[in-house]
Amino acid sequence: MAKRNVPYGDAPEATRKKANPAAAGIPAAEDDDVLVARSVTINRPRRELYEFWRDFRNLPIFMENIESVTIIDGVRSHWRVKGPAESTLEWDSVVTEDVPGEVIAWTSAEGASVPNAGRIEFKDSGNKRGTIVTATMAYDPPGTKLGTLVAKMLGREPKIQARRDLRRFKQLMETGEVPTSEPPVAAPRAN
Amino acid sequence: MRALTWQGKHDVRVETVPDPGIVNPRDAIIRITSTAICGSDLHLYDHTIPGMKSGDVLGHEFMGEVVEVGSASHKLKVGQRVVVPFVIACGGCFFCQKQQFAACDNSNPAEKSDPSEMAYGYPMAAAFGYSHLTGGYAGGQAEYARVPFADVGPIVIPDGIDDDKVLFLSDILPTGWMAAVNCDIEPGDVVAVWGCGPVGLFAVQSALALGAHRVIAIDHHPRRLQLAQKLGAEIIDFEQVQVREALYEMTGGIGPDACIDAVGMESHGMTPDNILDHVKVKTFMATDRVHALRQIILATRKGGRVSIPGVYGGIADKFPIGALMEKGLTIKSGQTHVQKYTAQLLEMILEGQLDTTFLISHRMDLEDAAEGYANFKEKQNEYTKVVLKPKFRRH
Repeated sequence: MAKRNVPYGDAPEATRKKANPAAAGIPAAEDDDVLVARSVTINRPRRELYEFWRDFRNLPIFMENIESVTIIDGVRSHWRVKGPAESTLEWDSVVTEDVPGEVIAWTSAEGASVPNAGRIEFKDSGNKRGTIVTATMAYDPPGTKLGTLVAKMLGREPKIQARRDLRRFKQLMETGEVPTSEPPVAAPRAN
Repeated sequence: MRALTWQGKHDVRVETVPDPGIVNPRDAIIRITSTAICGSDLHLYDHTIPGMKSGDVLGHEFMGEVVEVGSASHKLKVGQRVVVPFVIACGGCFFCQKQQFAACDNSNPAEKSDPSEMAYGYPMAAAFGYSHLTGGYAGGQAEYARVPFADVGPIVIPDGIDDDKVLFLSDILPTGWMAAVNCDIEPGDVVAVWGCGPVGLFAVQSALALGAHRVIAIDHHPRRLQLAQKLGAEIIDFEQVQVREALYEMTGGIGPDACIDAVGMESHGMTPDNILDHVKVKTFMATDRVHALRQIILATRKGGRVSIPGVYGGIADKFPIGALMEKGLTIKSGQTHVQKYTAQLLEMILEGQLDTTFLISHRMDLEDAAEGYANFKEKQNEYTKVVLKPKFRRH
């Protein structure tokens, strides 16, 4: 990514109080899109993480809201995602940038119900702690502000979702499993 | 199976709940033979730790026999006896590799991690039976428990060693030990320990084992003070004595080199600051009563160390930051990195260097767990430690 002219220091664009999606590496996004970014350090080599992620059929293992991803060809895939209030959202997604071991960027195809775009970057931590994985997404939320609020209460607000999905990705890659305390079998309880 | 369940403040009941099963490849299922009530379970009983749900199975000090292992749980074999650390740790993350197991980044399920990240800046590791802030995992005051990452935590106990000798490797022995380790004890050091509950008593024992010249223990329950005395501590009854003046005089005006807060957030005592804390907690102006910790910070010698194994969950009022800074104190704290210490402590138990059985005052059937909780809370002088055993009455 080209070095930006940043008058406000070294913090990532997405942490700026008025973040700009294009400056965060998502040129396809509109200026008023919601921008979500989150980093996580994963104690595994970046090539391994990239390869697991690049096979999009793996994503439902750790992304709670994704029902399925179907591969159409080398760059196009079809996504079925849980939306607010029991709805299902579907769209085609197109890979716009793909550097093995480093970055995967995508944008939704024309006509998506929730136009979205994003990028996943994989960088060596530089201090032997593994790979820093940064997910950055921009989206135009469906419905009204109230819809976003309801989604937030249901835990489907993209920022919360991204946080949890990245935690699960880390858990899966570092431990081989996704920890759960879901009753009754994983954690028995009364009632 | 039968299990002790939390229903609300001061309401715990043994009920029939579903059996746990293997869910993830690194899980194991343990048939529990002994489990204890911890002082920190009383914080749940008193409902001073948030994130509890009615029906939760409590208990984080337990041991038993391995009855089932998952497909990727290569360390344990069915039939082995194990003690299970209360902290659940994956063994593979940055923190586990630094042996900071109580900071494990992976054991707390992703959907349970938001509240502690909001409260503390980063999500907490998981523990057994200790609220949904730390994972919502079922505890071990039950007939069976599911143990995640069973290839990391549980320590195998040789045959012929009685449960009572090793059960406390699950929590309070390593917690007392780490409290003393965190004092960075040097030859000649005087260590003062606030609170002679199980952790305080093990901290007394550990500080002496780690070379403290003298240990001074502070409590108000005669039986607990006697136990500290038997371990080799000098004792102070805070109901009879001005603690800070006593410590000043007993150390010739230098003060204790290191102090351990084995009291935590439900401090006793009728001093003005503690009464004010009570009022503030009742009116939600603060969440933690910190009387003991305030006294510790004032009592510790200049340049000394403060070790806090006692549990705090929220925010304190009137914290003596000036004394802390001006005297140049070092504070070390945290939930115990149990997995770091279990092998060493088991070795010391087997060689007879540490005894933990002196602590047990009552052995009860799991069915009587509710009575055990009430008595452990209300009769602290007699009930120093309650061990529960499933089907104990039949023996």
